[in-house]
Amino acid sequence: MIHIPILRWGEAYYSLKRSALRDIRTGEPVAEMSLANGGLIGRDLGQVAECQRRLAAVGCEELVEICGRAAEVFVEGELPLGEGVQSPQEYIAQLSATTGMPQSLCRRNSEKIRLALSEMGGVLDGLTRGISLSVLDAGWGTQEGRTLSYLRQADALGAVLPNNSPGVHSLWLPAIPLKVPLALKPGSEEPWTPYRIAQAFISAGCPPEAFGFYPCDYGAATQILLRCERSMVFGGEATVGPWRADPRIEIHGPGRSKILFGADSVDEWEEHLEVMAASVAENGGRSCINASGVWVPSRGREIAEGLARRLAQIEPRALDDANAELAAFSKPELAHRLSELIDRQLKTPGAEDLTAKVRGTARVAEIGGCTFLRPTVIWCEDPQHPLANAEYLFPFVSVVEVGQRQVLEAIGPTLVATAITEDELFIEELLACTSVDRLNLGPMQTNRISRDQPHEGNLFEFLYRQRAFATIPMRA
Amino acid sequence: MGQAQAATELQSLEARVAAARQRLDEHVREMVHWHFSPETGCPFWLERAAGLGFDPRVEIAGYGDLRKLGYFQDGWLRGGPVRRWLPKAYENEPVYVFETGGSTGVPKCRINVRDFEIDYEQFSLSLSEKGFPKGSDWLMLGPTGPRRLRLAVEHLAQTRGGICFFVDLDPRWVNVLLRQGKHQEMEAYKSHVIDQALKILRVHEGIRCLFTTPKLLEALCEKISLTKIGISGIFCGGTEMDAQFHRFAREELVPGVDFVPTYGNTLMGLALNKPFDRDDDYAITYYPAHPRALIELVDPEDTERTVGYGETGQVMLTTLTKELFMPRFLERDEAERAEPIEVYPWDGVRDLRLLKSLEESVTVGVY
Repeated sequence: MIHIPILRWGEAYYSLKRSALRDIRTGEPVAEMSLANGGLIGRDLGQVAECQRRLAAVGCEELVEICGRAAEVFVEGELPLGEGVQSPQEYIAQLSATTGMPQSLCRRNSEKIRLALSEMGGVLDGLTRGISLSVLDAGWGTQEGRTLSYLRQADALGAVLPNNSPGVHSLWLPAIPLKVPLALKPGSEEPWTPYRIAQAFISAGCPPEAFGFYPCDYGAATQILLRCERSMVFGGEATVGPWRADPRIEIHGPGRSKILFGADSVDEWEEHLEVMAASVAENGGRSCINASGVWVPSRGREIAEGLARRLAQIEPRALDDANAELAAFSKPELAHRLSELIDRQLKTPGAEDLTAKVRGTARVAEIGGCTFLRPTVIWCEDPQHPLANAEYLFPFVSVVEVGQRQVLEAIGPTLVATAITEDELFIEELLACTSVDRLNLGPMQTNRISRDQPHEGNLFEFLYRQRAFATIPMRA
Repeated sequence: MGQAQAATELQSLEARVAAARQRLDEHVREMVHWHFSPETGCPFWLERAAGLGFDPRVEIAGYGDLRKLGYFQDGWLRGGPVRRWLPKAYENEPVYVFETGGSTGVPKCRINVRDFEIDYEQFSLSLSEKGFPKGSDWLMLGPTGPRRLRLAVEHLAQTRGGICFFVDLDPRWVNVLLRQGKHQEMEAYKSHVIDQALKILRVHEGIRCLFTTPKLLEALCEKISLTKIGISGIFCGGTEMDAQFHRFAREELVPGVDFVPTYGNTLMGLALNKPFDRDDDYAITYYPAHPRALIELVDPEDTERTVGYGETGQVMLTTLTKELFMPRFLERDEAERAEPIEVYPWDGVRDLRLLKSLEESVTVGVY
């Protein structure tokens, strides 16, 4: 049996408390995973300053080169996994088996991580706005005639990670070349990717002390959030809510990403059908950057029907089917409960499931021992309807009709908004809209992100603060 | 070990188990007689006896017969009048009332005259002189307030010739903070508690022994080396403890200190851990204070069925003292049934934890 250990600043530790990772198709154990107790995490975080010094002893440029080597070995190499090794094929199969994400999507996500690592120089350039990395090595430097100094804000970046999609792990990768060790709490079903990333870094020459890997329950995970001076936490509102007021913690909660049509462009909606469909359904609809809303000033029902016809073509397939596009639920009861919840919400007047009519089959599907939810398009006449701004862990979208003048007041917090319009006044309002985090102008998929742009905050600005600094020679 | 010697020891264990069972049945008869006799029993059981249709003093001949009384109901101890539990024999004695944790609604309460003293006097006999030297002082860092632990640990210290210092901890407030997701406030409260403990430990050099909970021990050890400050024995309990914590405590938090895990509650008293054996993978196996208390593990789907050794079952407590007769109370915990051992020749429970079905609804806090 594969046993995934805790990493205590690079050193494997096998706990007496373990959890089983099961193949969602058969229920058979794929591996067991050591679980950390809260005190162990707290104790390790008490020693993190020394680990940070070890990592910081390596220059930033060299760390960027390590990222490049790690990129290749992550995708192509055999890497340690507990007391054995894991091939790239095994990684994909194990990841798929315990999370329900089809192998084809696992591979695509794996490529995202490779890309984020191999292009780390560009990523850092974007995040730092072109600061020479030597400034971080020396603590200060001169660039374009200006003296610059940046102060690191944390000895470790904590991360309480999700299960939903492996690509999300690319977000914390820049911490390593920014010389900040990681204290990672993996998702209960997805330790595979963060563990493999850590091993890829170590095998590429990164000091092992840069990696704390602590599978644990939520209670123990709070130790990471309480003790790291900077952390990111992923999850639903119940998980992230208690931390919203804490400036040390970057929240990655529900995305509620949307496509907004201007009145000038809504008549050409058919031209943008593929952008809408891909925004909703790519990556199994599992990301916070997948669109869960299409907000239009008119022709709402017609657009919803068109989108329903398009998305109804996506059918569940076995996890190893090369054409699979939908992810299975690791807990089948969750799929059933979610579907029932949507049905209950549909009883509130003002919303209709249009995919049900097009498809003629149930939303819940069971194929190859897996339980799926088929894509669902809701036509929502009322922006206040409970389904208008809902986000679920499968391709789910509400098409909401609301006037262009009111739309920005109605959308609520939106991680990514793609605005399809050329109306200059509307664009001006969009640029000033504080509800929108990332704004795409033009027909771009909501789930297309560039790594050199901030995502729910700029990691460099989160980890470093520019400080006032001056120096003169001791002797004239 | 030769085969003959092994056989002798096996027989010896079997004989001990049989003797313990016989003592239990005798004790059951004695307790039933006490609680169902008008001159000694409490109003609750005397009133209940009237509706049973049989005289328990005649019909109950041993532990197995307790099933004739059904199950002790959780709600009986929640709310008053508390005096219905006071045995007539103790009506002129000073009486304490102790409450359970309160993590599941209105706390259960029970009256107490000397039970906690008896339990802890017995427990004292199991403590080593090296770890818990007589005459040394104690710090009780754990749930105080209406819990029996507060007085019990003090009595333990006094029994061993020591004086006990206290730091107040209100576990119900901790649970409120956890339920509301106020993690920072909880940390602030924990720091407040730990700071008080540090002050006491630094100025009172005679303290050698500590009672605390697993989470408070972790917090304390982040601030101070307990071995360097002279702590030689730690009695740890109050909440569930698993093998991983046990190992972590022995290997990293307090290496070299006599670490004694216990399980106890207001209703049952104190259960002792199997003597530490390095080959046992730090398993936590508790044995109740037989015959005053018993833990039977039953199938949660069919609570009339006792699970086999090594199998998981729901905890069913029975308390048999002159102060409390609590037969067959289904607790919110589960565990694996453990075989009797030489020092405790009756059933034990291994890896005690919250019932799976309740995990989501109960908050177990720092305490």
